[in-house]
Amino acid sequence: MLSYTLRRLAFAVPTVLIISLIVFLMLDMAPGDPTGSLPLTIPLEVREQIRISLGLGEPVMIRYFKWLYMMCVTEPLHIVQGMTGWNIAPEGPRILSWQTRSPVGDIIVQRVPQTLWVVGMGYLFGILIALPIGVISAYRQYSWFDQVGTFVSMIGFSVPTFFTGVVFILIFAVWLGWFPSMYDTTHVVRDWNSFVFQAKQIAMPVAVLALYNASQISRFMRASMLDNLNQDYVRTARAKGLGEKTVVLVHVLRNSMIPVVTVIAIGIPTVFTGAIITEQIFRVNGLGDALIRAIYVSDWPMVQTITFIFAILIVLFNLIADVLYGILDPRIRYD
Amino acid sequence: MTTRMALLGTAAAIVLAPATALAERERGSSGNLNVIYWQAVSTMNPYLSGGTKEMNAASIVLEPLARFDNMGELTPWLVDEIPTLDNGGVAEDLKSITWRLTEGLLWSDGTPVTSADVVFSYEYCTHPEGGCSYRDRFAGIERVEAVDDLTITVHFEDVTPNPYLPFVGAGSVVIQQAQFQDCLGARAPECTDANFAPIGTGPYVVTNFRPNDVIEFTANENYRVPTQPYFQTITWAGGGDATGAARAVFQTGEMDYAWNLQLAPEVITQMESGGRGQLLVDFGPLMERIELNFTDPSPDLPDGERGTRAHPHPILSDIRVREALSRAIDRELLTEIGFGPMGRATCNFIVAPPAMASPNNDNCLVQDIDRANELLDEAGWERGPDGIRVKDGQRLELLFQTSTNAVRQDFQALIQQDWREIGVDTRLRNIDAGVFFGSDPGSNDTYLKFFADVQMYASLFEGTDPTPHLEQRRCGREPQPSTQWQGQNINRYCNEEYDALWAELNREPDPERRQELVIALNDMFVQDYAHLPLVARGRVSAASNTIGGIVLNVWDSEHWNQAEWYRIED
Repeated sequence: MLSYTLRRLAFAVPTVLIISLIVFLMLDMAPGDPTGSLPLTIPLEVREQIRISLGLGEPVMIRYFKWLYMMCVTEPLHIVQGMTGWNIAPEGPRILSWQTRSPVGDIIVQRVPQTLWVVGMGYLFGILIALPIGVISAYRQYSWFDQVGTFVSMIGFSVPTFFTGVVFILIFAVWLGWFPSMYDTTHVVRDWNSFVFQAKQIAMPVAVLALYNASQISRFMRASMLDNLNQDYVRTARAKGLGEKTVVLVHVLRNSMIPVVTVIAIGIPTVFTGAIITEQIFRVNGLGDALIRAIYVSDWPMVQTITFIFAILIVLFNLIADVLYGILDPRIRYD
Repeated sequence: MTTRMALLGTAAAIVLAPATALAERERGSSGNLNVIYWQAVSTMNPYLSGGTKEMNAASIVLEPLARFDNMGELTPWLVDEIPTLDNGGVAEDLKSITWRLTEGLLWSDGTPVTSADVVFSYEYCTHPEGGCSYRDRFAGIERVEAVDDLTITVHFEDVTPNPYLPFVGAGSVVIQQAQFQDCLGARAPECTDANFAPIGTGPYVVTNFRPNDVIEFTANENYRVPTQPYFQTITWAGGGDATGAARAVFQTGEMDYAWNLQLAPEVITQMESGGRGQLLVDFGPLMERIELNFTDPSPDLPDGERGTRAHPHPILSDIRVREALSRAIDRELLTEIGFGPMGRATCNFIVAPPAMASPNNDNCLVQDIDRANELLDEAGWERGPDGIRVKDGQRLELLFQTSTNAVRQDFQALIQQDWREIGVDTRLRNIDAGVFFGSDPGSNDTYLKFFADVQMYASLFEGTDPTPHLEQRRCGREPQPSTQWQGQNINRYCNEEYDALWAELNREPDPERRQELVIALNDMFVQDYAHLPLVARGRVSAASNTIGGIVLNVWDSEHWNQAEWYRIED
């Protein structure tokens, strides 16, 4: 198992490098100009000077290697230094965002907590809701519970978050006034009252995301449970005289979890990408928000860096899913 | 109370802030103000951004020597009086201007403001490697001289009838030399701390800045007016979308001020009925127009000649066709659908300031299909079997491009219909704004290259002087291969009379004569149907009913008088 993991990790390095080159070149060739979003009152000569000051005057490969070096060495060291206070970060240039002219790494560090809290909680609650619903729906197939569950998850799955988000705001913020419609990123939890406020402002975006995630995962769970419930080993277990609880929760659930865990693990990178639309509707200034805004104004260093981080996460979590598969299912051996 | 907040138009400034209420207010007495900018602020250094949002946020920290008030009049800001020819501040030869700082001005860190800071600001923005966005404000300057601690003389290279560009308005601010002296040129972006929390002379100080997210301000203890600013702190949130921002002011009351609410008129009206806030609208020089291409954009032409004056446009070179296209458009309807109370139909190139807007062109406001048809008949375009006009075997077919934007696509569809009625076939195309307004000479889709017959966008000019804006339409100023397709004579207009008149304007110091010349140039351009003005667009913001003292200003930052905003107590 260990050697398999190491082998996969070694393979991941060239994969990630190739991805980085593709991401960089694609964005570099993409139409769009960082000065395109400036007011038209700024003359074209000045725009040209701005472009040069952004480093666009250099050949593309030089810019790529500079970026890759800063991405893999300078920025991580600066982030570690920021977190630990060790003086390890090298002097010299960092990846600068074109819109803020400040290091991309600092912005990402600022954005990650919001995304992890909001989108992460949305994912976590989604899973917590989805698993029992999936299990019960499958065990009592075609019961009223299953029908209602199917109906709700179809709605959650097919109605986009930009719609549910606005509906939630209208009902709970505008009409009822229970929750704030905007997320206050400067809020600090100090005592019980500020915790209640934090819970209130996080409630709606988390609910929207949880509904969406739960619908997806509960369908997977249900399908996987149904596959297993009709297997021979289930009948054998029952014939042995095991109780229903043991049969379902120990034998069937454990086997059914294998594909579901994979789906959940592969979905984790999306927590980091943030739910772009949900973040925008509730004004949660997370990574997804940073990404979409950078795309709007053609802030390529920002887009390249965030996209590259996602690429790393996706490669990594695919690996984790494969490893988990092996741990959960003793029949699967990679060595 | 609500009448006091009715700030529609510019006239309301006088009725603001009754003197009795003023006496009770003091610095910080109004507590916290919540501002929402749905396009979040990226940096606090306007020289490194160029965006309006950054300029607005920075304007409550960094200030110019003089700015424009809501009537477009120059107002002394860090000086005691505006230098003019009469008071000797502007030299007789119009080649220099001398400013004198108010005595006793302090930076927010308590150090005195000196002429050296002003000179340094000039050096900072004009550094060749700096990429300063407001470089053009300092164009044509020979040198900036610190005469003594408080006196600054700006020497121009040439006769400059309008010397009020450098250090005037929110885009041309004074920064502190002590803070920025190691940040010149290529090093400018490295000074993140300074760029995010500049030391200024304005009513507020940055206490926390998170790029593209939120800014927290607190009152500047060293602000020159001891009783101001009234709000102790400001939370300047960013992000979300325009609808959410409008909702937070009008419906939930979470926010006190929201900027730039370019929403559909019906959405705005419906939200305003929430009753917690007021819509603030004022009109500046921003105008939505259709540019008619005077050159042939045909892809059959060789690369270096396509869209250049070597090949006049086969259809649009005829003034009768241009006039017909103008007459067929229903501008009032467009305004109503696209902008509602936030727009005004117009027939002028220069729509503001009011004194410079020509009264001579209002005939285009009424749609006149009959006259349009007559004109096309006269020009020899005859209706074909499908209703589209034909001349010498060529169909009257135009490619109409613009940027991707809901209102613009509505406009395209309506205008397509209008033109269809007079037998003009229009093909529509929309291009992502980042590409369309980009200046990449490699792209064929920019508004500069204009590889289409007609295109629509909005443009404006900075400050109250339209001279540079009018200058753009001179011969030779068009984008062309030899200039890497840079230039602002977008429609490739060329008229010797126009150029001569502009040259006269550029030499003329007398304000009244200048006004006449601006109107004459505007009329010449518009009556030549060189482009088709459609809608003068207002600046739209929203304010909570509990905030007083706001004076919307289209000539400067919207927050130009931030120090005077206050919370209305019941």
